[in-house]
Order: sequence, then C-alpha cells, then structure tokens
Amino acid sequence: MFPELNNLLNITPDRAEQGKLTLLCDAKTDGSFLVHHFLSFYLKANCKVCFVALIQSFSHYNIVGQKLGVSLTAARECGQLVFLEGLKSSVDVFFRAQAEPHPLQFLREADAGNLQPLYEFVRETLKPMDDGQAAWRCPVLLVDDLSVLLSLGLGAVAVLDFIHYCRVAVCWERKGNIVALAHDSGDGEDKENDILLNGLSHQSHLILRAEGLATGFCRDVHGQLRILWRTPSQPTAQRDGSLTYQYKIQDKSVSFFAKGMSPAVL
Amino acid sequence: MESVLALGGLVLLRDSVEWEGRSLLKALVKKSALCGEQVHILGCEVSEDEFREGFESSINSRLIYHDLFRDPLSWSRTGEALPGGPLGALQAMCRRTDPGPFTIALDSLSWLLLHLPCTAVCQALCALSHQHSRPGGSCPAEPVRVLGLLHEELHGPGALGALSSLAQTEVTLSGAMGQASAHILSRRPRQRPAHQTQWFSILPDFSLDLQGGPPLESQPHPDPHTPPVDPTAHVTFNLHLSKKEKEAKDSLTLPFQFSSEKQQALLRPRPGQATSHIFYEPDAYDDLDQEDPDDDLDV
Repeated sequence: MFPELNNLLNITPDRAEQGKLTLLCDAKTDGSFLVHHFLSFYLKANCKVCFVALIQSFSHYNIVGQKLGVSLTAARECGQLVFLEGLKSSVDVFFRAQAEPHPLQFLREADAGNLQPLYEFVRETLKPMDDGQAAWRCPVLLVDDLSVLLSLGLGAVAVLDFIHYCRVAVCWERKGNIVALAHDSGDGEDKENDILLNGLSHQSHLILRAEGLATGFCRDVHGQLRILWRTPSQPTAQRDGSLTYQYKIQDKSVSFFAKGMSPAVL
Repeated sequence: MESVLALGGLVLLRDSVEWEGRSLLKALVKKSALCGEQVHILGCEVSEDEFREGFESSINSRLIYHDLFRDPLSWSRTGEALPGGPLGALQAMCRRTDPGPFTIALDSLSWLLLHLPCTAVCQALCALSHQHSRPGGSCPAEPVRVLGLLHEELHGPGALGALSSLAQTEVTLSGAMGQASAHILSRRPRQRPAHQTQWFSILPDFSLDLQGGPPLESQPHPDPHTPPVDPTAHVTFNLHLSKKEKEAKDSLTLPFQFSSEKQQALLRPRPGQATSHIFYEPDAYDDLDQEDPDDDLDV
C-alpha cells in the first residue's frame, strides 16, 4: 500500500471504514496502481479478501504485491485471500461438466446473461466461518475490472445488478467493503460504459479517479488523482469533499503532490 | 420550496453524482410525514436501515418501506423478495385503497427505468398520480403525491422527456462553492410554467434550511485538508539573502539611476577623467589610410 495515499484518504489499516463501496476509475491513463494499493491495504488490515481478477494473472499481482510488502501466495494458502483468476478459469467454463455452475458461466450463454453465478461465488467465499477459525476483520470484495465484463457481452444493467447484490451481501449484511475498478473512455461514445460508470458512481461512498494530464505525457508527473467523498443518504453540512492531486509512480511507491508542485518542476 | 409539495402529482428530483438528491428526498418525506400523511417508500437502492437513519421515531412510524433492495431479482430464493418483482411492486402501489392523503417516494425512478420498459414505468406513474379520481365518485378527490428520485446521467433524452411531460414539478439539483441549489419548475394547470431557484441546505435531522441567495464570498475557501504548500521547500538554489548581503544590495547605486551625485559629476568636468586613451597595435593586414574619405565631398 502507498502510505501517502493513506494520508490523503485519512485511513490506516487499523482504522479502515466498513460497509463502503469505493469506485476506482481511470481516464486516459492506467489506474491499476490503485487496485494494487487497496489489495495490499486490506491484506495488511487483516481482512478476508475475495479478489475477482479478470485482467492479469496471479503472478502479476503477486510480484507487485511483494514490492508493496504482502505475499499473495501466503495469504492464499492461509485462507485470507480467495483469488478468482479470470484468465485461467475462463477456459474451465468450456471443459467442465455443465451441471456445476461456474462463476464465469455467462461466457457460455448465447443470449445476454447475468452474473448470478459470480455473485453466488462471492457470497459463498465471504460467508462467515463458523468453525472457530481465526476471524478476519471484515470481508472485502475487490474487482479488476468491471469494464471488461461489458466487452465480454454483458449489459451495463447486468453488471450493476451484480454490484447491487454484492452490496447487499458484503456491505449491508457483513459490513464489509467493495472496491471495483472501471474505465472511462471519456469520449461519450460508449453509452453502456457511461451508464455503468454513472450507475456505480451514484452508489459509491468514495470515488478515486486517475486521469492523464490534459497536456499529454510527462516523465515526472504521471497523472492526476481526483478524490470525491460521497454520502449518498446523509446530508453534508459543507460539500468540500473533493480533492485533486498529481502523482508520480515509482518502483515501490507513489508520490503525491499538489497541482504544479512536482519536485522536478520547482 | 413550499410549492414543491403543495401541487401534488409527480415531483421529479433530478440529481447528479456531484449533487446527490436522496437527502432532499428524505427531507421532503419528513415534511409530508409531519403533515400527518402516510408515506410509502419503494426502496431499490439503499437498505431500509439506511433510509430510516436520521429520522425520529415519530416520523419513522409513518413510513412504510417496501423493500426492493434486498432481493429485487429473486436471486436469493429465500422467499423474501416482493412478489412480482419490480413491476409487481410498482403496480401494487397503484392499487392502494387506504383513505386519506398519502405520499409515495420512489427511490429511485432510475433503478425502475433501468429494469423495466419506459412505457410500463410511465403508465404506472400515470395511474399513481390519477389515483384520486376513483370510479364511482362518492369519495372526494384525495391528493396523491409521488416523489421520484432520478439520476440524470443514466438516461437518454427520450426517457427524460417522457418523465418530464408527466411531472407537475421538476427539481433539478446543482450548486456552487459547496452550497446546494434547486431549480424548481412548476406546472400548474392552465398557467405558464413557473421557474424558481432556491439555495438550501439540509440539516442533520433532515429539515430544510432555505437560504436567500448564493454564498456571499466569491473566493474559494482555502482547502482545510491540504496544508499551504511552500514552493521554495525543494529548490536546489538559494533564494534567501543574509543580512550583510541585504545591506550591500541596498547600498548599491544602479548604473542608470540618475541621482543628484551623478548630476553634479556630469556638470562639473573633472580634470583628467574626461579623457580616455585608446592603445592600438596595428597588425600586418591592417590598411591604414590616413586620408579622410569624406575630403572630396563638397559640403
């Protein structure tokens, strides 16, 4: 995890909030560093993590995790981390007996499917253990990422329904957290993606948006991070819950600074 | 803002990601409940606990929550889902036969529009709004108010236009400088639509605090989260002067500054100082022609 990002969000592994949906989105840049941050954050916070990883392999996240001080292999072996490797297990959909529903069963369906099998998998994974084992702090669902589900043939409403049911099971019933990444194409041409992104934004308590610089690529400033705090049901006395910082990604950390204040520019 | 609840019929609350509308919906629900009305809430997006949070028990006793949040699509197979799914729940609201004025809050209309055909939603809204004119005509017309929360960015112009045409009042939320505002468009029968902008804030107990106008200060507040950043903290050169350097700098006379000493020096020619010598060593390639080239000019 990146300590500077923890400071900006005012959280520590000991004081993580519960029952929240955090939306990570990126526009014209790669926001996957945020996924790595939250993965290592919640593992260090002693939470049980269900990671639906549809984009990269396990070894990729493991290598980055080791740079950030967590071992995904050890976490998986002791049961703290349940890792659904989308790239590998999607092939199993076609070679398994059809009687057993696979979490990615929608890949097999000809018409527009839904994500109920994936939701059942998440709910089963994060259900509380009642055999007296070491209790984890709170369940966390991490998804990387949701936009690829649109490319795989699902509709935006199906993905929103999946997140809705996960909110019921994880955030409401078990007081856990959900962190999901979605991409923003930015040009307004992908209507389904816009519905997905806006629908998720309305349900979120915290939105972290990584954007590329408007002026183009820069060696010393990799992008801009906008942080928006939301309270979807409670009135806020003063709506100053939005901050913008610029960042630079280094080998093992990310440094944040106010706009225009990069050490390389001063 | 009083006109929002006075007119009855369908009230659309149009919000956005930045300016959320659920707290205004809850404030209007509280106002209706305080008038002694029963309020039915079709909750699709948040849990019952979350919706009731912040209300006093006297308000909560008047709220009837129809839970479409927990299992709207009957995935759980536990039998807790509302019968008929979302459409059944919406149509069940149309068949209310309780006497007395009541309010229906739809949280949210956007959720219904994403899961049901637009035509079905519009027909149900029509049926809800016109419920007071019952066949038989023996009972007097009971006002039914429908508050619908709508997330503007999720729908195309067709659906938004259709809902707009059904609504008696439209409240569009926006704001500036941390202060929320509501643009209210009221359509009274046989009158021109009335526009009004109201700045407001919602207190923690969900009462409405109406403000007269936009916030007075035009400069943005210094952000309490970010400490003021010192740009000279990381430079590689020295920007500061020591005391001696400052004194030397202050006592320096600039070459082109015309002071009285300079004026005196120019007026009083000092001997030996006005002349200057040029020492010139010609080399082999120099062409020293002593003749003045202007000699042949007849000037």
